Amino acid sequence: MSDKATTADKTLFTPFNVVAGFIIIIGTVITILRFTGGLAAVTNLSDNNPWGLWIGFDLLVGVALAAGGFVTSAAVYLFGMKKYHSAVRPAVLTGFLGYALVVFALHYDVGRPWRLPYPFIIQSGTTSLLFEVGACVALYLTVLFLEFTPAPLEWLGLKKIRALAVKMTLVLTIFGVVLSTLHQSSLGALFLIVPSKLHPLWYSPYLPVYFFISSIIAGLSMVIFESTLSHHYFTDKMDEAHLSENEGVTLGFAKAASFVLAGYFIIKIIGISFSDNWYLLGTSYGIWFLVEILGFVALPSFLYAVGIRDKNLKLIKWTSLLAVLGIILNRLNVSLIAFNWHLPSSERYFPHWMEIAISVFIVTIGIVVFRFIVTRMPIFYEHPEYKDNH
Amino acid sequence: MSISRRKFLGWIGAAGAGSAIGNTALAGGNKHFTGYPGSYAVLHDTVLCVGCRLCEAACNKVNELPAPDEPFTDLAVLNKKRRTTAKTYTVVNKYESAGKKGPLFRKIQCNHCLEPACSSACFVRAFKKTETGAVTYDPTVCVGCRYCMVACPFEIPAYEYDEPLTPRIMKCTMCYSRITKGQLPGCVESCPKEALTFGKREDLLKIARARIRKYPDRYVDHIYGESEMGGTSWLYLSGVPFSEIGMREDLGVTPAPDLTSGALAVVPMVVGLWPVLLTGIYAISKRKEKIAEQELNEAVQHATDEVKEKAEAKLSEALAKAQKEKDAAVEKAVKKALEEAAKSQAKEDS
Repeated sequence: MSDKATTADKTLFTPFNVVAGFIIIIGTVITILRFTGGLAAVTNLSDNNPWGLWIGFDLLVGVALAAGGFVTSAAVYLFGMKKYHSAVRPAVLTGFLGYALVVFALHYDVGRPWRLPYPFIIQSGTTSLLFEVGACVALYLTVLFLEFTPAPLEWLGLKKIRALAVKMTLVLTIFGVVLSTLHQSSLGALFLIVPSKLHPLWYSPYLPVYFFISSIIAGLSMVIFESTLSHHYFTDKMDEAHLSENEGVTLGFAKAASFVLAGYFIIKIIGISFSDNWYLLGTSYGIWFLVEILGFVALPSFLYAVGIRDKNLKLIKWTSLLAVLGIILNRLNVSLIAFNWHLPSSERYFPHWMEIAISVFIVTIGIVVFRFIVTRMPIFYEHPEYKDNH
Repeated sequence: MSISRRKFLGWIGAAGAGSAIGNTALAGGNKHFTGYPGSYAVLHDTVLCVGCRLCEAACNKVNELPAPDEPFTDLAVLNKKRRTTAKTYTVVNKYESAGKKGPLFRKIQCNHCLEPACSSACFVRAFKKTETGAVTYDPTVCVGCRYCMVACPFEIPAYEYDEPLTPRIMKCTMCYSRITKGQLPGCVESCPKEALTFGKREDLLKIARARIRKYPDRYVDHIYGESEMGGTSWLYLSGVPFSEIGMREDLGVTPAPDLTSGALAVVPMVVGLWPVLLTGIYAISKRKEKIAEQELNEAVQHATDEVKEKAEAKLSEALAKAQKEKDAAVEKAVKKALEEAAKSQAKEDS
């Protein structure tokens, strides 16, 4: 991977482009298979396992990891933490791309993707948590798009529209937090209807709260993780302010993440007590549950705290990866691993390689588009004509 | 025009209740929905079932489903555990029980819940609990998200996974089109052993209770479906514990919509209160900023004032000194001049 690929006079066949191109070709072939042979041709989904990787990873993990947008913009614009201002644009961009890809991925999973607007224009099933998810995701995607517009408008030099877009920041931020609260939590609430299918250690009346709180962890950790990667590959695109504020952003977000993880750990314990599930901790699912909450909740909380005390940025960055993996693990546990735990192993689900390939394909598209945008638009730096103009 | 207060409140109450009841089951609260009055149901007496698969054949025929892989006369398929699929709305499974000689059979199909999970989970209302008791499905609005399949505690809805562009959810309709014409559901009509009885749900409950009372040795004292998941329109009798014929006894009696009503009820609260809270936080942080700025300004003002004062004092001191010096110099000069004048006077005088 080299940043030389961004200059047009160099060869197109950089390692990054070759790998990405290969993945995109495979993804395109599988896309054709999906829309000619149906889900049966490319997935291991069955009547007992109607939701697989495309919901568990692409939707649940995708939405959680895209939470950086609302967390960062709330911190800066609502909580007045202006010293993190340079982190807003990358986070909003990541969030916007994340949600756009979630919606894109859904087109593979649902039977008739062109009917996705039906719940809003034909017939609404408002008793469904999925309706809430759909409505909020659609609205929030719009909000993120509007929050993101100042960057392309600066790039295109449309000053008047940009001024208008910037004026809406506060309202959009509040709207974004409301919508994020609702759909992050309702993704957890989707599973409230299946106490008979989801393992009791993961099923809880607090599922919506768990999903919301852990999305904050995901958002904070993703900002740290994403900025680590960006610093590695796009340092030349960053301005003085971005570079000098970065350490503060990392420390500040790590502190917040450590606290939220601690709170999340406590409410998970309260959940076990509430449902009186202590006796299940000794079972094999119980051990797996302990791996999740000790290894991927308690441990990152502790490591973040140590990292802040020692101002150890390296430790914090690795911890952010651990926390992100913890969120991925949690979402997969709820939707796939602990779901249908009552079924014999022969009736359980394991993703087909083509399902995994499509998920990789979608993540790759995200990275390619992110790269396209940050090498062209003012994301990591302030546009010279709009300095101090926010 | 005289409307008593009581009457007025009555109207308001009626209007409220009317709009609240509507067509959807009201989740939460202390209301217990026990099904539409006079709605139909089927009683499946598994003790009488012999596993002949005639119901499967009849179901296939009346619903015009694709031909099965094995013919319906082939009873060897009973040795496999089967479930409903996109091509079969109903299957009969065979079970062995330690307490009974010979195999036991149970027919599986949609249980037509009184408050269906599928219908509550569907975001386009493709499922409907009709007043006949049947839960119907409308493929013309279905998006194919399969949340109904996730939600169904009985694992009934199936999906046309090999349809690339027009997949449907497939499940038993209780032969809705037949029962509205006064005909029996296909399976009930075909059963040679009267293991299936079609009728009004309240009547079937009475029949089931009578059978249990009459043959206490033959039946377990429980009607499955009377209260499971809030009650279903398909009722079962069994001679062995229901778990031994593959029926879950841990589903509870809470109707599916009640499981999600709490989370849904929070939505308007968040919409109403979050903006207030967030604007409040914004205002506080803004105010803090303003106060900090004010304090800073004040401090700066204070500091400059102090410096100014000091400078002024110094200046005036210096000025005073200068003045003094000047005065002294003038005095001196005058004195000198006077002295000189006096001197010259004295010279002239001398």
